[in-house]
Amino acid sequence: MPIKTKFEIKLGPATREAFGRELVELGRENKDIVVCDADLSHSTMTTYFAKEFPERFVSLGIAEANMVAVGAGLALAGKIPFVSSFSAFAMNKGFEQLRVCAAYPNVNLKVVGTHSGISIGEDGPSQMSVEEIGLACSLAGFVVIAPSDEAATKALVRAAAAYVGPVFIRTGRPKAAIVYGAGQTFEIGKSIQVADGADVTIIANGLLVAQALLAADTLEGEGISTRVIDMHTVKPLDREAISRAAAETKAIVVAEEHLVDGGLGVRVAQVVAETRPCPMEFVGIQNTYAESGQPDELLDKYGLIARDVAAAVRKVVARKN
Amino acid sequence: MSKSIEELKSIALRIRREIVVMIGAAKSGHPGGSLSAVEILVELYFNRLRIDPKNPKLADRDRFILSKGHAAPVLYAVMAEMGYTDTPLDKLNTLRKLGSVYQGHPDMRFIPSLEASTGSLGEGLSLALGMGLAARLNGGASRTYVMLGDGEIQEGQVWESAMAGAFHKLDNVVAIVDNNRIQLDGFVKDIMAVDPLAEKWRAFGWHTIEFDGHDFPAIQNAFAEAAATKGKPTCLVAHTIKGKGVSFMENNPKFHGTAPTPDEVKLALQELQ
Repeated sequence: MPIKTKFEIKLGPATREAFGRELVELGRENKDIVVCDADLSHSTMTTYFAKEFPERFVSLGIAEANMVAVGAGLALAGKIPFVSSFSAFAMNKGFEQLRVCAAYPNVNLKVVGTHSGISIGEDGPSQMSVEEIGLACSLAGFVVIAPSDEAATKALVRAAAAYVGPVFIRTGRPKAAIVYGAGQTFEIGKSIQVADGADVTIIANGLLVAQALLAADTLEGEGISTRVIDMHTVKPLDREAISRAAAETKAIVVAEEHLVDGGLGVRVAQVVAETRPCPMEFVGIQNTYAESGQPDELLDKYGLIARDVAAAVRKVVARKN
Repeated sequence: MSKSIEELKSIALRIRREIVVMIGAAKSGHPGGSLSAVEILVELYFNRLRIDPKNPKLADRDRFILSKGHAAPVLYAVMAEMGYTDTPLDKLNTLRKLGSVYQGHPDMRFIPSLEASTGSLGEGLSLALGMGLAARLNGGASRTYVMLGDGEIQEGQVWESAMAGAFHKLDNVVAIVDNNRIQLDGFVKDIMAVDPLAEKWRAFGWHTIEFDGHDFPAIQNAFAEAAATKGKPTCLVAHTIKGKGVSFMENNPKFHGTAPTPDEVKLALQELQ
């Protein structure tokens, strides 16, 4: 049996940084890529694209509703627009336009939210997006993606550009732990098993994938063999991987940097209920808004680190049988 | 070949009859704001837009968006008269019925020849800007026209897009405000006044023209002036009469969103001769 190597946190670029870099690559390859910005290009990192392709970068000011619908108009005229802002603004202020101008007519619009979750830190709750996965998933026909690291983000931004239809991608502000080595491939709707185990499965996305891998190592030492799945696509869900995990490990923990209400967890639970019901626990933000602080302090305080994932695993394993 | 004023008037009359009949058959819908927009849409589709109903996705075509999507019946009747294959003339009276392509508000899923699905007010101008930006990037001649209601411009998004259209100098975009002075709950001046309307658009950086929206020569002059205006977008403030052409509907807020009864349809058709 191969000796399992322990997962170590090595920080890579933030997923928003990976998004900004990949957008430039896409822009070089395809002149139909257009980027719309609402006065946050230095934060969403679309500034890289703006510098190289100023004619295809559309500054729309602090007016997200208009930006989303302008993006939809560009798409209706054959372009591949990426509209980007903080998740909190793109989704909440643009929701009506996402619904009527993008989802309902099934327009080829790409929406990338940055500064998602509470790990943005000091700016506090008005800028923290903790509900956009639930909102995005309620838009019929939307693909919803929450990548975990640089490699995943670059590949999935590229996949989103190639996909025809509306897509929302969730990215974050802080440096993201490297989950994937070179050669890993990514496909919309196909989850990735990043660790195998027999006793329990952790299904996570975003920053929580690395925390789940850390937790799995701790649990291994306690004799709990833990499978970890990166569910980078929240919609459409990889139902097959979920039902297989439920059938084979008979206990599931879902971990995400999002409100438990309406997040990945409830969507996974639906698939589990429909296929192979088993005990489940949920790690996420519990019916509250966070506060200012350093990202690590906030993730610790609001229960979103490996310690919390491991505790949920112990709880769910105790509920088996 | 352009249509004569007499021909346009005759088409407009036919379209008014179709609007009244189809909304009567549907037993629900928005006659007032459909009737106020007839001449403008007739001039656009029959004389102005570079389009081909036999090839609705023609590259670099002109585009029209009905941002005030509740006036769908006038758009349906005009497109049907133009001969688009996905807007059959003989099916206008299926308006708002299950399975009909003539949905309550314009829906691209049912009529692919439409340029946008609309109905939630305040969004069409933003869509038009996106199309205008795309046309500019393509280096094409495509122009985008979008019709808004005067009540509709109470929506904040309209002013976000008004700012953006002028900022980006989108002279290939024309906004048309169907200024019929009535919205669902009553007169615009009593619900949320939008006057001085033309001055607002001018202040936002749009070349703005006011004219009688039922007078074909005035409409033609306005469109010609818009086409000749460079470096800024144009807003056409069309002064119109809600319910135009049917005496008991004219300037009557009740007919913003109420269908005529069978007797009222008969009366209306007697007037529309």
